[in-house]
Amino acid sequence: MDTTLLIAAAIKIAAFIGITMTFVSICVIFERRFSAIIQDRVGPNRTMIPLSILGFKKDLALPIGGLTQPVADGLKFILKEDFTPSYVRKFFFWLAPVLVVVPALLTMAVIPFGSPMEIGGTFIPMAIADLSVGPLFIFAIASLSVYGITLAGWASNSKYPFFGGVRACAQMISYEIALGLSVIPVLMFFGTLNLGHIVEEQVANGWLLLPLWNDGGFIVSSGYWDDPQSAIQRLLLMVPIVISFVIFTTSIFAETNRMPFDLPECETELVGGYHTEYSSMKFALFFMGEYAAMVVGSALIVTLFLGGWSIGFGIDNLLPAGAWWVSLLHIGVFLGKVTFFILFFVLVRWTVPRFRYDQLMNLGWIVFFEAALINVFLAALVIAYPSIGLTGVLIGFILLTVVTILLIKVAKGATEKPSATAV
Amino acid sequence: MDTLAFYLFAFLSVAGGVLLVALRNPVSSALAMVLSFVGLAGLFIGLNAYFVGIVQILVYAGAIMVLFIFIIMLLDLNDEETVKFRSSSVLAGIIIPLLLLAQILGVIQAGHQGEEAEFEEIDVASMKVSAEKFVRNDDDGKALPRSEQSAIYKSLTHEKSPKLPDTNLIGHTIFKSYNFPLQVMGALLLVATIGVVVLSKRTHKQAPSES
Repeated sequence: MDTTLLIAAAIKIAAFIGITMTFVSICVIFERRFSAIIQDRVGPNRTMIPLSILGFKKDLALPIGGLTQPVADGLKFILKEDFTPSYVRKFFFWLAPVLVVVPALLTMAVIPFGSPMEIGGTFIPMAIADLSVGPLFIFAIASLSVYGITLAGWASNSKYPFFGGVRACAQMISYEIALGLSVIPVLMFFGTLNLGHIVEEQVANGWLLLPLWNDGGFIVSSGYWDDPQSAIQRLLLMVPIVISFVIFTTSIFAETNRMPFDLPECETELVGGYHTEYSSMKFALFFMGEYAAMVVGSALIVTLFLGGWSIGFGIDNLLPAGAWWVSLLHIGVFLGKVTFFILFFVLVRWTVPRFRYDQLMNLGWIVFFEAALINVFLAALVIAYPSIGLTGVLIGFILLTVVTILLIKVAKGATEKPSATAV
Repeated sequence: MDTLAFYLFAFLSVAGGVLLVALRNPVSSALAMVLSFVGLAGLFIGLNAYFVGIVQILVYAGAIMVLFIFIIMLLDLNDEETVKFRSSSVLAGIIIPLLLLAQILGVIQAGHQGEEAEFEEIDVASMKVSAEKFVRNDDDGKALPRSEQSAIYKSLTHEKSPKLPDTNLIGHTIFKSYNFPLQVMGALLLVATIGVVVLSKRTHKQAPSES
């Protein structure tokens, strides 16, 4: 392996893990301040540096509006007593928090943070591992974090944590299916699993959710309509893609155990959920895992649907490709978009009430699973238009409509309570 | 570097397998199996088969073993740790793996009797050569412009970072050469799924009205 690449890889690993961890703490401060705004409170806005414990007269207050709050939170967690109850299964009890954090941090290895940087004539992709199976890698590694949560519940050897663990297990398996199926139309459109290539495609042809420009120019100029058939096809494809986006985003909420799908840690029913018996830093690791999964989930949504690091609107092509400042600019743009999604996650948490567990399962298995499956065929019909012609598409569409109506009927029958008349 | 990674993942895989048999707690055994699968996935990725490796984790470690653990935890098999095995089952447990081992050795032996298989290193030049098989031509036999070419061709001849498109190649092989068996397999799985649902669904008898 080239020495430049090796050094670049080491720097990338350090930098991107650093960025993710920074974002985890930024998530914490966002969560606290944003929830405060929503509930008309002030929130933590004046965390000070406690110089008084060193003998000074006054604490040092920095004028940064409580941005040091994550540091205080982290210190509190580390300094608290780390208590391991006597009745737990020790080995798994200690293993579980690690199994939550490590997969969440591993998944960001394939995310392209910025455009490739040219160093010494070689283009270095701004992803730690530029794999050809990007989204699959994320799904695969993220599915391993189920073990952490389930083991935490089981190893605690106590009722409510166990319920939490079992709930988390069932919920994450269910929503993995919807997650995987919903992303298929997107991958069919791009024809590649390499996240770097997916973003490059979006630089040239418009973001997946914002196809306002292509090789020819903007949608208002005549260049866009040089090939009217493919332009119309691209716009028609917006229907399956928007459905995909909705299912995908909602499933990410369920996968990360966030409100409104945080049934595994539903405190009104389960005390604290799977982490009831955990204290100190082990407890904090579960939170870090949740927030890291949230960051990676946001990054994946941005990469697949919102153009990743691209500034968009044709600006990227005007910038010199490979210059170091362009790469950094793109990293900044990417992080900006991720921040936006994190704020969205926080907003949803503090505005949407929690689901009931059967509602959650029905949504996953009866609504999302079927919708994602039909969506795959819908996208396939639009994509296959050039090869099967208008009649083929029409026949397919009629068939699909019939199947959809039948499915809705069956699904309605399944959700009806059988004992409704008996009460 | 590659050899080191091979030995690391081979060790993980074998260690997982040994622990799976040696540990008495069912949950520990299941987790050891996950370890073994992860090691196996690492070996696949070392062979440039990213897709197979990742699917190994996604399907086996991420889905099937989770279900195993789920069931084990729900059943709470604590007395499993004290069960004594009969000598006949221990004997069967030794003989059957030995037979399998003999078969594997036989296959390896048979493979070595012919010419030594030559594995070419996958580099940019050899990828360019294999890309020629996937060129799309127009009616006159000339190669179409790059934007019209298949994803496999584009990936193999990418100027900045040419890569082996193993996912696309697997798809190409399955859907072009083995399309019919794939469809039959899909139908069979569907039938099996419906069968399971029908067999396991209890018929609700209307509860007698209390009012």
